[in-house]
Amino acid sequence: MAVLELTGIAKHFGAIEALRGVDLTLEDGEVLGLMGDNGAGKSTLVKIIAGNFPPSAGQIRIDGKAMHFHKPVDAREAGIEVVYQDLALCDNLSAAANIFLGREFKRKFGFFRFLDFGRMYQRAGELFEELQSETRPRDLVKQMSGGQRQAVAIARTRLSEPRIVLMDEPTAAISVRQVAQVLDLIRRLRDQGIAIILISHRMPDVFAVCDHVAVLRRGSLVADKSVADTSPEEVTGLITGAIARA
Amino acid sequence: MSTSVEISDVTRIREQSWFASLLANQALWVTVAVALICIATAIEQPDSFATKNNFHNITRNFAAIGIIAMGMTAVIITGGIDLSVGSVMALSAIVAARLLESGFDWYVGVAGGLMAGLVVGAINGALIAHIKLPPFVVTLGMLSIARSLAIVASDNRVIYQFGEGGDTFKWLGGGRLDLPWIDGDVLPLSNMFVVLVVMAVIMSIVLRTTSWGRYLFAIGGNEHAARLTGIPVDRIKIQVYMLAGFTAAIAGILSAGYGGSASNGMGKTYELYVIAATVIGGANLMGGKGSIYGAFIGAALIFLIRNSLIMFGVDANWYDLFVGLFIILAVLLERLRGRTRG
Ligand SMILES: Nc1ncnc2c1ncn2[C@@H]1O[C@H](COP(=O)(O)OP(=O)(O)O)[C@@H](O)[C@H]1O
Ligand SMILES: [Mg+2]
Repeated sequence: MAVLELTGIAKHFGAIEALRGVDLTLEDGEVLGLMGDNGAGKSTLVKIIAGNFPPSAGQIRIDGKAMHFHKPVDAREAGIEVVYQDLALCDNLSAAANIFLGREFKRKFGFFRFLDFGRMYQRAGELFEELQSETRPRDLVKQMSGGQRQAVAIARTRLSEPRIVLMDEPTAAISVRQVAQVLDLIRRLRDQGIAIILISHRMPDVFAVCDHVAVLRRGSLVADKSVADTSPEEVTGLITGAIARA
Repeated sequence: MSTSVEISDVTRIREQSWFASLLANQALWVTVAVALICIATAIEQPDSFATKNNFHNITRNFAAIGIIAMGMTAVIITGGIDLSVGSVMALSAIVAARLLESGFDWYVGVAGGLMAGLVVGAINGALIAHIKLPPFVVTLGMLSIARSLAIVASDNRVIYQFGEGGDTFKWLGGGRLDLPWIDGDVLPLSNMFVVLVVMAVIMSIVLRTTSWGRYLFAIGGNEHAARLTGIPVDRIKIQVYMLAGFTAAIAGILSAGYGGSASNGMGKTYELYVIAATVIGGANLMGGKGSIYGAFIGAALIFLIRNSLIMFGVDANWYDLFVGLFIILAVLLERLRGRTRG
Protein backbone atom coordinates (compact mmCIF):
# COMPACT_ATOMS: atom_id res chain seq x y z
CA MET A 1 0.00 0.00 0.00
CA ALA A 2 1.17 3.52 -0.75
CA VAL A 3 2.53 5.37 2.28
CA LEU A 4 1.39 8.69 0.80
CA GLU A 5 -1.50 9.17 -1.58
CA LEU A 6 -2.62 12.56 -2.88
CA THR A 7 -5.85 12.84 -4.84
CA GLY A 8 -7.17 15.93 -6.56
CA ILE A 9 -5.07 18.36 -4.52
CA ALA A 10 -5.80 22.01 -5.38
CA LYS A 11 -4.72 25.24 -3.75
CA HIS A 12 -5.82 28.81 -4.37
CA PHE A 13 -4.24 31.92 -2.93
CA GLY A 14 -7.00 34.41 -3.69
CA ALA A 15 -7.04 34.57 -7.47
CA ILE A 16 -3.81 32.62 -7.86
CA GLU A 17 -4.30 28.94 -8.60
CA ALA A 18 -1.07 27.48 -7.26
CA LEU A 19 -2.12 23.83 -7.67
CA ARG A 20 -4.95 22.03 -9.41
CA GLY A 21 -5.96 18.38 -9.53
CA VAL A 22 -2.68 16.88 -8.36
CA ASP A 23 -2.70 13.09 -7.95
CA LEU A 24 0.45 11.47 -6.65
CA THR A 25 1.43 8.31 -4.79
CA LEU A 26 4.57 7.42 -2.90
CA GLU A 27 5.64 3.96 -1.76
CA ASP A 28 7.79 3.07 1.25
CA GLY A 29 11.45 3.55 0.40
CA GLU A 30 10.65 5.34 -2.82
CA VAL A 31 12.50 8.50 -3.83
CA LEU A 32 10.39 10.85 -5.91
CA GLY A 33 11.97 13.76 -7.74
CA LEU A 34 9.58 16.69 -7.99
CA MET A 35 10.56 19.14 -10.69
CA GLY A 36 9.13 22.27 -12.22
CA ASP A 37 9.93 25.86 -13.07
CA ASN A 38 9.87 28.65 -10.48
CA GLY A 39 6.31 29.24 -9.37
CA ALA A 40 5.10 25.85 -10.64
CA GLY A 41 3.72 25.00 -7.18
CA LYS A 42 6.37 22.66 -5.77
CA SER A 43 6.82 24.42 -2.44
CA THR A 44 3.06 24.83 -2.11
CA LEU A 45 2.60 21.07 -2.51
CA VAL A 46 5.28 20.38 0.10
CA LYS A 47 3.66 22.80 2.53
CA ILE A 48 0.27 21.14 2.07
CA ILE A 49 1.71 17.70 2.80
CA ALA A 50 3.59 19.17 5.79
CA GLY A 51 0.44 20.67 7.28
CA ASN A 52 1.40 24.35 6.89
CA PHE A 53 -1.95 25.02 5.29
CA PRO A 54 -4.84 22.83 4.15
CA PRO A 55 -5.51 22.15 0.46
CA SER A 56 -8.43 24.05 -1.12
CA ALA A 57 -9.62 20.68 -2.44
CA GLY A 58 -8.45 17.09 -2.50
CA GLN A 59 -7.30 14.47 -0.05
CA ILE A 60 -4.15 13.34 1.67
CA ARG A 61 -3.96 9.70 2.72
CA ILE A 62 -1.24 8.09 4.76
CA ASP A 63 -1.27 4.28 4.79
CA GLY A 64 -4.73 4.56 3.25
CA LYS A 65 -6.07 6.75 6.07
CA ALA A 66 -7.42 10.20 5.22
CA MET A 67 -5.49 12.94 7.03
CA HIS A 68 -6.53 16.47 7.94
CA PHE A 69 -3.51 18.37 9.18
CA HIS A 70 -4.31 21.58 11.02
CA LYS A 71 -0.74 22.46 11.83
CA PRO A 72 2.78 21.25 11.01
CA VAL A 73 3.02 19.25 14.24
CA ASP A 74 0.07 17.10 13.09
CA ALA A 75 2.01 16.12 10.00
CA ARG A 76 5.12 15.45 12.04
CA GLU A 77 3.13 13.16 14.32
CA ALA A 78 1.96 11.29 11.24
CA GLY A 79 5.62 10.66 10.39
CA ILE A 80 6.33 13.50 7.97
CA GLU A 81 9.54 15.52 8.34
CA VAL A 82 10.42 18.51 6.18
CA VAL A 83 13.49 20.41 5.08
CA TYR A 84 11.99 23.73 4.01
CA GLN A 85 13.39 25.72 1.12
CA ASP A 86 14.25 28.61 3.47
CA LEU A 87 15.42 26.03 6.07
CA ALA A 88 13.28 27.62 8.84
CA LEU A 89 16.18 28.08 11.26
CA CYS A 90 16.61 30.53 14.12
CA ASP A 91 19.89 32.31 13.39
CA ASN A 92 20.31 33.43 16.98
CA LEU A 93 20.30 29.88 18.38
CA SER A 94 22.90 27.14 18.30
CA ALA A 95 22.81 24.23 15.89
CA ALA A 96 21.70 21.87 18.66
CA ALA A 97 18.99 24.28 19.85
CA ASN A 98 17.60 24.44 16.32
CA ILE A 99 17.61 20.67 15.88
CA PHE A 100 15.71 20.11 19.13
CA LEU A 101 13.45 23.15 18.89
CA GLY A 102 9.96 22.13 20.04
CA ARG A 103 11.10 18.69 21.25
CA GLU A 104 13.93 19.35 23.69
CA PHE A 105 15.38 16.67 25.92
CA LYS A 106 14.54 17.59 29.49
CA ARG A 107 15.56 16.52 32.95
CA LYS A 108 13.20 16.44 35.88
CA PHE A 109 14.21 18.25 39.03
CA GLY A 110 11.39 18.02 41.54
CA PHE A 111 8.44 19.80 39.97
CA PHE A 112 10.61 21.50 37.38
CA ARG A 113 11.90 20.40 34.04
CA PHE A 114 15.17 21.78 32.74
CA LEU A 115 16.86 21.45 29.38
CA ASP A 116 19.23 18.51 29.22
CA PHE A 117 22.07 20.27 27.40
CA GLY A 118 24.51 17.37 27.65
CA ARG A 119 22.24 14.86 25.98
CA MET A 120 21.16 17.30 23.30
CA TYR A 121 24.73 18.29 22.40
CA GLN A 122 25.73 14.66 22.30
CA ARG A 123 22.82 13.57 20.12
CA ALA A 124 23.32 16.57 17.81
CA GLY A 125 26.98 15.65 17.49
CA GLU A 126 26.04 12.08 16.55
CA LEU A 127 23.60 13.34 13.94
CA PHE A 128 26.21 15.60 12.34
CA GLU A 129 28.67 12.73 12.35
CA GLU A 130 26.10 10.55 10.63
CA LEU A 131 25.64 13.30 8.03
CA GLN A 132 29.43 13.57 7.71
CA SER A 133 29.15 17.26 8.43
CA GLU A 134 31.79 19.12 10.41
CA THR A 135 29.08 21.29 11.98
CA ARG A 136 29.55 21.77 15.72
CA PRO A 137 26.42 21.51 17.90
CA ARG A 138 27.26 24.58 20.02
CA ASP A 139 27.90 27.00 17.16
CA LEU A 140 25.39 29.70 16.39
CA VAL A 141 23.57 29.19 13.12
CA LYS A 142 24.21 32.80 12.08
CA GLN A 143 27.93 32.07 11.87
CA MET A 144 27.48 29.05 9.61
CA SER A 145 28.06 28.42 5.94
CA GLY A 146 25.21 27.45 3.63
CA GLY A 147 26.19 23.80 3.81
CA GLN A 148 26.29 23.76 7.58
CA ARG A 149 22.89 25.44 7.79
CA GLN A 150 21.59 22.80 5.41
CA ALA A 151 23.06 20.10 7.63
CA VAL A 152 21.22 21.53 10.65
CA ALA A 153 17.91 21.52 8.79
CA ILE A 154 18.48 17.95 7.62
CA ALA A 155 19.71 16.72 11.01
CA ARG A 156 16.40 17.91 12.43
CA THR A 157 14.52 15.36 10.31
CA ARG A 158 16.60 12.55 11.86
CA LEU A 159 15.39 13.03 15.43
CA SER A 160 12.33 10.90 15.03
CA GLU A 161 11.67 7.83 12.93
CA PRO A 162 9.86 9.48 10.03
CA ARG A 163 7.92 7.65 7.30
CA ILE A 164 8.26 10.43 4.76
CA VAL A 165 10.92 13.13 4.36
CA LEU A 166 10.18 16.13 2.16
CA MET A 167 13.21 18.10 0.94
CA ASP A 168 12.60 21.40 -0.80
CA GLU A 169 15.71 22.25 -2.83
CA PRO A 170 18.19 20.89 -0.30
CA THR A 171 21.10 21.17 -2.74
CA ALA A 172 20.44 24.64 -4.16
CA ALA A 173 22.85 26.58 -1.94
CA ILE A 174 25.65 24.15 -1.15
CA SER A 175 29.04 23.05 -2.49
CA VAL A 176 29.64 20.10 -4.80
CA ARG A 177 31.11 17.98 -2.02
CA GLN A 178 28.12 18.72 0.20
CA VAL A 179 25.70 17.85 -2.62
CA ALA A 180 27.27 14.41 -2.81
CA GLN A 181 26.78 14.02 0.94
CA VAL A 182 23.12 15.00 0.77
CA LEU A 183 22.53 12.54 -2.07
CA ASP A 184 24.30 9.84 -0.05
CA LEU A 185 22.08 10.60 2.89
CA ILE A 186 18.97 10.32 0.70
CA ARG A 187 20.12 6.86 -0.38
CA ARG A 188 20.67 5.81 3.23
CA LEU A 189 17.21 7.04 4.24
CA ARG A 190 15.71 5.14 1.33
CA ASP A 191 17.52 1.98 2.43
CA GLN A 192 15.84 2.35 5.83
CA GLY A 193 12.48 2.28 4.04
CA ILE A 194 11.82 5.99 4.35
CA ALA A 195 9.97 7.57 1.44
CA ILE A 196 11.41 10.82 0.12
CA ILE A 197 10.19 13.66 -2.04
CA LEU A 198 13.16 15.58 -3.40
CA ILE A 199 12.54 18.94 -5.01
CA SER A 200 15.48 20.02 -7.09
CA HIS A 201 16.39 22.06 -10.12
CA ARG A 202 19.48 19.95 -10.68
CA MET A 203 18.77 17.28 -13.26
CA PRO A 204 21.87 15.16 -12.39
CA ASP A 205 20.85 14.96 -8.74
CA VAL A 206 17.35 13.82 -9.59
CA PHE A 207 18.56 11.18 -12.00
CA ALA A 208 21.21 10.02 -9.53
CA VAL A 209 18.94 9.19 -6.59
CA CYS A 210 15.29 9.19 -7.67
CA ASP A 211 13.13 6.23 -8.67
CA HIS A 212 10.38 8.43 -10.07
CA VAL A 213 10.20 11.91 -11.52
CA ALA A 214 7.07 14.03 -11.31
CA VAL A 215 6.82 17.34 -13.14
CA LEU A 216 4.61 20.26 -12.16
CA ARG A 217 3.83 22.98 -14.67
CA ARG A 218 1.71 25.98 -13.63
CA GLY A 219 0.07 24.02 -10.84
CA SER A 220 -0.73 20.86 -12.81
CA LEU A 221 1.06 17.56 -12.72
CA VAL A 222 2.16 16.89 -16.31
CA ALA A 223 4.23 13.75 -15.75
CA ASP A 224 4.93 11.02 -13.22
CA LYS A 225 7.38 8.53 -14.66
CA SER A 226 9.99 6.02 -13.62
CA VAL A 227 13.47 7.46 -14.22
CA ALA A 228 14.21 4.38 -16.30
CA ASP A 229 11.50 5.42 -18.75
CA THR A 230 12.53 9.02 -19.20
CA SER A 231 15.53 11.20 -19.90
CA PRO A 232 16.84 14.59 -18.80
CA GLU A 233 15.86 15.91 -22.23
CA GLU A 234 12.27 14.78 -21.87
CA VAL A 235 11.99 16.16 -18.34
CA THR A 236 13.40 19.52 -19.49
CA GLY A 237 10.79 19.58 -22.24
CA LEU A 238 8.05 18.82 -19.73
CA ILE A 239 9.22 21.59 -17.39
CA THR A 240 9.36 24.25 -20.10
CA GLY A 241 6.18 23.09 -21.85
CA ALA A 242 7.92 22.05 -25.05
CA ILE A 243 6.42 18.63 -24.31
CA ALA A 244 2.81 19.00 -23.15
CA ARG A 245 2.40 15.82 -21.11
CA ALA A 246 3.92 12.40 -20.62
CA MET B 1 40.36 15.06 2.50
CA SER B 2 42.55 17.77 4.06
CA THR B 3 41.55 17.11 7.64
CA SER B 4 44.52 18.81 9.32
CA VAL B 5 43.90 22.07 7.47
CA GLU B 6 40.27 22.03 8.52
CA ILE B 7 41.07 21.45 12.16
CA SER B 8 43.46 24.42 12.29
CA ASP B 9 40.84 26.51 10.50
CA VAL B 10 38.33 25.47 13.06
CA THR B 11 40.47 26.30 16.08
CA ARG B 12 41.40 29.69 14.68
CA ILE B 13 37.76 30.55 14.15
CA ARG B 14 37.03 29.49 17.68
CA GLU B 15 39.71 31.70 19.23
CA GLN B 16 38.59 34.67 17.19
CA SER B 17 34.99 34.23 18.16
CA TRP B 18 35.94 33.84 21.84
CA PHE B 19 37.77 37.18 21.77
CA ALA B 20 35.12 38.80 19.60
CA SER B 21 32.30 37.61 21.81
CA LEU B 22 34.07 39.11 24.84
CA LEU B 23 34.40 42.45 23.05
CA ALA B 24 30.85 42.21 21.80
CA ASN B 25 29.42 41.55 25.25
CA GLN B 26 27.62 44.78 25.92
CA ALA B 27 26.65 43.84 29.48
CA LEU B 28 30.35 43.51 30.27
CA TRP B 29 31.08 47.04 29.05
CA VAL B 30 28.13 48.41 30.96
CA THR B 31 29.47 46.65 34.07
CA VAL B 32 32.82 48.36 33.48
CA ALA B 33 31.03 51.72 33.11
CA VAL B 34 29.08 51.14 36.32
CA ALA B 35 32.30 50.25 38.16
CA LEU B 36 34.07 53.37 36.83
CA ILE B 37 31.19 55.63 37.84
CA CYS B 38 31.21 54.08 41.31
CA ILE B 39 34.96 54.55 41.67
CA ALA B 40 34.79 58.15 40.43
CA THR B 41 31.95 58.94 42.80
CA ALA B 42 33.69 57.25 45.72
CA ILE B 43 36.78 59.40 45.11
CA GLU B 44 34.71 62.56 44.75
CA GLN B 45 32.60 61.86 47.85
CA PRO B 46 34.79 59.68 50.07
CA ASP B 47 32.63 60.08 53.16
CA SER B 48 29.17 59.48 51.79
CA PHE B 49 29.28 57.30 48.67
CA ALA B 50 30.98 54.08 49.68
CA THR B 51 28.84 53.57 52.74
CA LYS B 52 26.41 50.77 53.47
CA ASN B 53 23.60 53.21 53.87
CA ASN B 54 24.21 54.69 50.48
CA PHE B 55 24.40 51.23 48.95
CA HIS B 56 21.02 50.52 50.54
CA ASN B 57 19.56 53.72 49.07
CA ILE B 58 21.00 53.42 45.59
CA THR B 59 20.03 49.79 45.15
CA ARG B 60 16.51 50.57 46.36
CA ASN B 61 16.22 53.47 43.97
CA PHE B 62 16.97 51.52 40.83
CA ALA B 63 15.08 48.42 41.98
CA ALA B 64 11.71 49.50 40.54
CA ILE B 65 13.16 50.06 37.08
CA GLY B 66 15.15 46.85 37.41
CA ILE B 67 12.10 44.79 38.39
CA ILE B 68 10.11 45.99 35.38
CA ALA B 69 13.16 45.48 33.18
CA MET B 70 12.99 41.76 34.01
CA GLY B 71 9.59 41.50 32.32
CA MET B 72 10.57 43.90 29.55
CA THR B 73 13.59 41.75 28.72
CA ALA B 74 11.35 38.76 28.08
CA VAL B 75 9.07 40.89 25.88
CA ILE B 76 11.95 42.37 23.90
CA ILE B 77 13.58 38.96 23.38
CA THR B 78 10.41 37.82 21.58
CA GLY B 79 10.68 40.87 19.33
CA GLY B 80 7.95 42.83 21.12
CA ILE B 81 7.81 45.96 23.21
CA ASP B 82 5.63 47.08 26.11
CA LEU B 83 5.11 50.83 26.41
CA SER B 84 2.33 50.47 28.98
CA VAL B 85 4.46 49.42 31.97
CA GLY B 86 4.65 52.87 33.58
CA SER B 87 0.87 53.27 33.48
CA VAL B 88 0.33 49.71 34.70
CA MET B 89 2.59 50.51 37.63
CA ALA B 90 0.27 53.36 38.62
CA LEU B 91 -2.92 51.38 37.98
CA SER B 92 -1.75 48.45 40.13
CA ALA B 93 -0.67 50.73 42.95
CA ILE B 94 -4.03 52.53 42.87
CA VAL B 95 -6.01 49.27 42.80
CA ALA B 96 -4.03 47.93 45.77
CA ALA B 97 -4.37 51.22 47.66
CA ARG B 98 -8.12 51.51 47.05
CA LEU B 99 -8.64 47.97 48.34
CA LEU B 100 -6.61 48.73 51.48
CA GLU B 101 -8.37 52.04 51.94
CA SER B 102 -11.75 50.35 51.88
CA GLY B 103 -10.70 48.03 54.70
CA PHE B 104 -9.32 44.91 53.03
CA ASP B 105 -6.20 43.33 54.44
CA TRP B 106 -2.81 43.81 52.81
CA TYR B 107 -2.79 40.53 50.88
CA VAL B 108 -6.12 41.37 49.23
CA GLY B 109 -4.69 44.69 48.12
CA VAL B 110 -1.50 43.08 46.84
CA ALA B 111 -3.43 40.33 45.04
CA GLY B 112 -5.76 42.93 43.48
CA GLY B 113 -2.84 45.04 42.29
CA LEU B 114 -1.05 42.04 40.80
CA MET B 115 -4.28 40.92 39.16
CA ALA B 116 -4.66 44.33 37.52
CA GLY B 117 -1.17 44.00 36.01
CA LEU B 118 -1.87 40.46 34.79
CA VAL B 119 -5.19 41.44 33.22
CA VAL B 120 -3.72 44.42 31.37
CA GLY B 121 -0.85 42.21 30.20
CA ALA B 122 -3.27 39.53 29.01
CA ILE B 123 -5.22 42.10 27.00
CA ASN B 124 -2.02 43.45 25.45
CA GLY B 125 -0.89 39.92 24.66
CA ALA B 126 -4.21 38.78 23.20
CA LEU B 127 -4.41 41.78 20.87
CA ILE B 128 -0.82 41.22 19.76
CA ALA B 129 -0.84 37.43 19.47
CA HIS B 130 -4.35 36.70 18.20
CA ILE B 131 -5.36 39.85 16.32
CA LYS B 132 -1.77 40.39 15.14
CA LEU B 133 -1.71 44.08 15.97
CA PRO B 134 1.76 45.64 16.27
CA PRO B 135 3.02 45.61 19.90
CA PHE B 136 4.08 49.23 19.64
CA VAL B 137 0.57 50.40 18.80
CA VAL B 138 -1.28 48.13 21.24
CA THR B 139 0.86 49.04 24.22
CA LEU B 140 0.93 52.72 23.29
CA GLY B 141 -2.85 52.63 23.41
CA MET B 142 -2.68 50.77 26.71
CA LEU B 143 -0.26 53.38 28.09
CA SER B 144 -3.07 55.89 27.71
CA ILE B 145 -5.89 53.59 28.80
CA ALA B 146 -4.23 52.28 31.97
CA ARG B 147 -3.18 55.78 33.03
CA SER B 148 -6.73 57.01 32.55
CA LEU B 149 -8.11 54.06 34.54
CA ALA B 150 -5.67 54.83 37.34
CA ILE B 151 -6.84 58.45 37.45
CA VAL B 152 -10.50 57.45 37.46
CA ALA B 153 -10.00 54.69 40.04
CA SER B 154 -8.22 57.10 42.37
CA ASP B 155 -10.81 59.88 42.01
CA ASN B 156 -7.73 61.85 41.02
CA ARG B 157 -6.33 62.04 44.52
CA VAL B 158 -3.32 60.65 46.31
CA ILE B 159 -4.25 57.68 48.47
CA TYR B 160 -2.32 57.36 51.69
CA GLN B 161 -4.83 55.93 54.15
CA PHE B 162 -4.12 52.22 53.99
CA GLY B 163 -6.24 51.12 56.95
CA GLU B 164 -5.64 47.88 58.84
CA GLY B 165 -3.21 46.26 56.45
CA GLY B 166 -1.24 49.47 55.99
CA ASP B 167 1.71 48.55 58.17
CA THR B 168 2.44 45.32 56.39
CA PHE B 169 1.85 47.00 53.01
CA LYS B 170 4.34 49.74 53.84
CA TRP B 171 6.86 47.22 55.15
CA LEU B 172 6.68 45.27 51.87
CA GLY B 173 7.92 48.24 49.90
CA GLY B 174 9.83 50.16 52.54
CA GLY B 175 11.25 47.45 54.74
CA ARG B 176 14.73 46.05 54.72
CA LEU B 177 16.56 42.81 55.10
CA ASP B 178 19.74 42.86 57.18
CA LEU B 179 22.33 40.62 55.67
CA PRO B 180 25.14 39.42 57.98
CA TRP B 181 28.29 41.11 56.69
CA ILE B 182 32.02 40.39 56.84
CA ASP B 183 32.74 43.20 59.31
CA GLY B 184 30.57 41.45 61.87
CA ASP B 185 27.93 44.09 61.36
CA VAL B 186 25.02 43.83 58.88
CA LEU B 187 24.49 44.99 55.31
CA PRO B 188 21.02 46.50 55.04
CA LEU B 189 19.20 45.64 51.80
CA SER B 190 15.88 47.16 50.85
CA ASN B 191 13.04 44.72 50.28
CA MET B 192 12.69 46.14 46.79
CA PHE B 193 16.27 45.26 45.95
CA VAL B 194 15.88 41.80 47.45
CA VAL B 195 12.81 41.26 45.26
CA LEU B 196 14.79 42.45 42.23
CA VAL B 197 17.68 40.08 42.95
CA VAL B 198 15.39 37.10 43.58
CA MET B 199 13.47 37.81 40.38
CA ALA B 200 16.68 38.26 38.41
CA VAL B 201 18.02 34.91 39.61
CA ILE B 202 14.77 33.09 38.80
CA MET B 203 14.42 34.76 35.41
CA SER B 204 18.02 33.98 34.49
CA ILE B 205 17.51 30.33 35.30
CA VAL B 206 14.23 30.25 33.37
CA LEU B 207 15.66 31.96 30.29
CA ARG B 208 18.79 29.83 30.16
CA THR B 209 17.68 26.40 31.25
CA THR B 210 14.01 25.88 30.40
CA SER B 211 12.35 25.26 27.07
CA TRP B 212 10.02 28.24 27.71
CA GLY B 213 13.05 30.52 27.93
CA ARG B 214 14.53 29.05 24.80
CA TYR B 215 11.24 29.53 22.95
CA LEU B 216 11.35 33.27 23.69
CA PHE B 217 14.65 33.48 21.82
CA ALA B 218 13.32 31.27 19.02
CA ILE B 219 10.25 33.48 18.55
CA GLY B 220 12.41 36.59 18.44
CA GLY B 221 14.90 34.96 16.08
CA ASN B 222 12.47 33.52 13.54
CA GLU B 223 8.83 33.50 14.54
CA HIS B 224 7.72 31.55 11.48
CA ALA B 225 10.30 28.82 12.09
CA ALA B 226 9.26 28.67 15.74
CA ARG B 227 5.65 28.15 14.69
CA LEU B 228 6.62 25.35 12.28
CA THR B 229 8.29 23.39 15.08
CA GLY B 230 5.04 23.42 17.05
CA ILE B 231 6.04 26.01 19.65
CA PRO B 232 2.80 27.59 20.98
CA VAL B 233 3.90 31.04 19.80
CA ASP B 234 0.63 32.87 20.49
CA ARG B 235 0.28 31.47 23.99
CA ILE B 236 3.87 32.34 24.86
CA LYS B 237 3.44 35.89 23.57
CA ILE B 238 0.43 36.38 25.83
CA GLN B 239 2.39 34.96 28.77
CA VAL B 240 5.25 37.33 28.10
CA TYR B 241 3.04 40.44 28.15
CA MET B 242 1.38 39.11 31.30
CA LEU B 243 4.82 38.80 32.84
CA ALA B 244 5.59 42.39 31.89
CA GLY B 245 2.31 43.54 33.46
CA PHE B 246 3.06 41.44 36.53
CA THR B 247 6.52 42.95 37.03
CA ALA B 248 5.09 46.45 36.54
CA ALA B 249 2.47 45.65 39.17
CA ILE B 250 5.11 44.45 41.64
CA ALA B 251 7.09 47.65 41.09
CA GLY B 252 3.95 49.75 41.56
CA ILE B 253 2.85 47.98 44.74
CA LEU B 254 6.31 48.10 46.31
CA SER B 255 6.77 51.77 45.35
CA ALA B 256 3.42 52.65 46.92
CA GLY B 257 4.42 50.80 50.07
CA TYR B 258 7.80 52.53 50.18
CA GLY B 259 6.34 55.99 49.55
CA GLY B 260 3.44 55.39 51.92
CA SER B 261 1.03 56.60 49.26
CA ALA B 262 -0.30 55.75 45.82
CA SER B 263 -0.57 58.46 43.22
CA ASN B 264 -1.93 58.13 39.70
CA GLY B 265 1.13 59.95 38.37
CA MET B 266 3.40 57.14 39.50
CA GLY B 267 5.66 55.56 36.88
CA LYS B 268 5.28 58.28 34.26
CA THR B 269 7.99 57.89 31.56
CA TYR B 270 9.23 54.74 33.29
CA GLU B 271 8.73 52.88 30.02
CA LEU B 272 11.57 55.00 28.66
CA TYR B 273 13.94 54.12 31.51
CA VAL B 274 13.01 50.44 31.49
CA ILE B 275 13.47 50.07 27.74
CA ALA B 276 16.71 52.04 28.02
CA ALA B 277 17.95 49.69 30.77
CA THR B 278 17.25 46.56 28.70
CA VAL B 279 18.67 47.95 25.48
CA ILE B 280 21.76 49.38 27.17
CA GLY B 281 22.24 45.95 28.74
CA GLY B 282 22.45 44.39 25.29
CA ALA B 283 18.90 43.46 24.32
CA ASN B 284 18.09 43.89 20.64
CA LEU B 285 14.81 45.64 19.84
CA MET B 286 14.56 43.47 16.71
CA GLY B 287 14.20 40.46 19.02
CA GLY B 288 16.15 37.28 19.63
CA LYS B 289 18.71 38.82 21.97
CA GLY B 290 18.75 40.05 25.54
CA SER B 291 19.86 39.08 29.02
CA ILE B 292 18.62 39.45 32.55
CA TYR B 293 22.02 40.43 33.85
CA GLY B 294 22.24 43.06 31.10
CA ALA B 295 18.88 44.53 32.10
CA PHE B 296 19.93 44.53 35.76
CA ILE B 297 23.22 46.28 35.18
CA GLY B 298 21.57 48.57 32.60
CA ALA B 299 19.08 49.71 35.23
CA ALA B 300 21.95 50.37 37.63
CA LEU B 301 23.77 52.43 34.99
CA ILE B 302 20.70 54.50 34.16
CA PHE B 303 20.31 55.36 37.80
CA LEU B 304 23.98 56.04 38.43
CA ILE B 305 24.09 58.44 35.47
CA ARG B 306 21.53 60.60 37.24
CA ASN B 307 23.46 60.33 40.48
CA SER B 308 26.74 61.37 38.94
CA LEU B 309 25.21 64.22 36.92
CA ILE B 310 23.98 65.74 40.15
CA MET B 311 27.33 65.07 41.78
CA PHE B 312 29.27 66.83 39.02
CA GLY B 313 26.95 69.80 39.24
CA VAL B 314 25.08 69.23 35.98
CA ASP B 315 21.48 70.48 35.98
CA ALA B 316 19.27 67.41 36.53
CA ASN B 317 17.06 68.55 33.66
CA TRP B 318 19.72 67.23 31.29
CA TYR B 319 19.15 63.71 32.58
CA ASP B 320 16.69 62.49 29.93
CA LEU B 321 18.99 63.77 27.23
CA PHE B 322 21.69 61.45 28.51
CA VAL B 323 19.29 58.52 28.76
CA GLY B 324 18.24 59.16 25.16
CA LEU B 325 21.84 59.36 24.00
CA PHE B 326 22.64 56.08 25.72
CA ILE B 327 19.72 54.33 23.97
CA ILE B 328 20.87 55.58 20.58
CA LEU B 329 24.47 54.69 21.37
CA ALA B 330 23.48 51.16 22.38
CA VAL B 331 21.54 50.61 19.15
CA LEU B 332 24.40 52.12 17.15
CA LEU B 333 26.87 49.71 18.75
CA GLU B 334 24.55 46.83 17.88
CA ARG B 335 24.47 48.01 14.27
CA LEU B 336 28.26 48.35 14.08
CA ARG B 337 28.73 44.88 15.52
CA GLY B 338 26.28 43.45 12.99
CA ARG B 339 28.33 45.06 10.21
CA THR B 340 31.68 43.65 11.31
CA ARG B 341 30.12 40.23 11.72
CA GLY B 342 28.47 40.26 8.30
N1 LIG C 1 1.37 32.21 0.69
C1 LIG C 1 1.13 32.53 -0.60
N2 LIG C 1 0.27 33.54 -0.91
C2 LIG C 1 0.01 33.85 -2.19
N3 LIG C 1 0.55 33.24 -3.23
C3 LIG C 1 1.42 32.23 -3.01
C4 LIG C 1 1.76 31.84 -1.67
N4 LIG C 1 2.65 30.82 -1.75
C5 LIG C 1 2.85 30.60 -3.06
N5 LIG C 1 2.13 31.44 -3.82
C6 LIG C 1 2.07 31.45 -5.30
O1 LIG C 1 1.81 30.14 -5.73
C7 LIG C 1 2.57 29.84 -6.88
C8 LIG C 1 3.42 28.62 -6.62
O2 LIG C 1 4.47 28.97 -5.71
P1 LIG C 1 5.52 27.90 -5.14
O3 LIG C 1 4.76 26.73 -4.66
O4 LIG C 1 6.38 28.61 -4.17
O5 LIG C 1 6.35 27.53 -6.44
P2 LIG C 1 7.73 26.75 -6.56
O6 LIG C 1 8.14 26.25 -5.24
O7 LIG C 1 7.43 25.65 -7.53
O8 LIG C 1 8.72 27.71 -7.15
C9 LIG C 1 3.35 31.09 -7.22
O9 LIG C 1 2.63 31.82 -8.19
C10 LIG C 1 3.39 31.83 -5.93
O10 LIG C 1 3.49 33.21 -6.15
MG1 LIG D 1 9.86 26.63 -4.09
